[in-house]
Amino acid sequence: MKLQKATKCALFAVLELANNSDRQLSATDIAEKYGISANHLAKVLRDLGRAGLVESVRGAGGGYRFSGNAKRTTLYDLIQLFEDVGTTEEGREDGDMTEIGQALGRVLSEIDEIAKATLKSITIATLLKTMEWHAHREKIRQDGTAA
Amino acid sequence: MFNRYGGREGRFFLIAEYGGEACGFIIGEVRAWEFGSPPCGWIFAIGVDPDARLKKTGSQLFAAICQRLKDSGVDQVRTMLARDDSLNMAFFRSQGMMGGPFIQLEMPLD
Repeated sequence: MKLQKATKCALFAVLELANNSDRQLSATDIAEKYGISANHLAKVLRDLGRAGLVESVRGAGGGYRFSGNAKRTTLYDLIQLFEDVGTTEEGREDGDMTEIGQALGRVLSEIDEIAKATLKSITIATLLKTMEWHAHREKIRQDGTAA
Repeated sequence: MFNRYGGREGRFFLIAEYGGEACGFIIGEVRAWEFGSPPCGWIFAIGVDPDARLKKTGSQLFAAICQRLKDSGVDQVRTMLARDDSLNMAFFRSQGMMGGPFIQLEMPLD
C-alpha cells in the first residue's frame, strides 16, 4: 500500500511527537530525522494543528507538541485527513460498469475493506507499542542465537 | 460452554471477578494442525462488563489465558474477528496481536 508524501509526513510527525510527548520538537528536527522537506512538513503540521492533533508552542525553544488522544486516534483517522482510504467506487472510471469491470471492482473492494479495517484498528498508542514489542522480540531472538 | 471448556486439558474458560462479582470472561483452547498450522492457542470469545471496562480487566484476562496457553506448550496465539468489529480488533492489537498468515474465505451454499 503506497501513501502520498503528505500523508507519510503527517504520520511521521504525529508518531514522532506522540512518542516524545514530554518535549517539543521543531519542524526542522522532524524534517531532518525523516529526510523530508521542512517547508512541506510545515504545511502538513498546520493541517494537523487544525485537526487538533498537534499544537505549536510559542516562545524560546518553541516547536510542536502532540495534542491529540493517542489511545483514541487511529492510523485511519490520520490518513483520511490527507487522502481517501479505500474508496474504490464502482462505476468511477471507464470500463468499471462492464461485467469484467464489476468483477474486478469486487476484488479491489475486498482489498480496500481489509485495508480500512486494519488501519481503523491501530491507534497511535498501539503503533508506538509495537516498536517496543519488536525490540523485545528481537532481543529474545538474539539472546537465543548467542546462547 | 463452561462444561466444555472449563477444567479440561488445553481448554480454558477464565472469569474475572471484582468484589466477588463476575465482570468478564475469556475462552480459548489449543488447536493442532487445523489448516496446516502446528499446535497453537486460539481465543474465540471475550467479554467484559461495560462497568468494568477501561480498568485493565480485558488485558488481565488476555494475559492470564496467554500464560495458560504458553504453559500448555504452544508459542503462538490467534483469534478471528469480524472485519467491522473495530472495538475488539483494536483491543487485541493493543495487546500485541497482528495480522497473521491466514485469510478466511467463505461463500454461501445456495
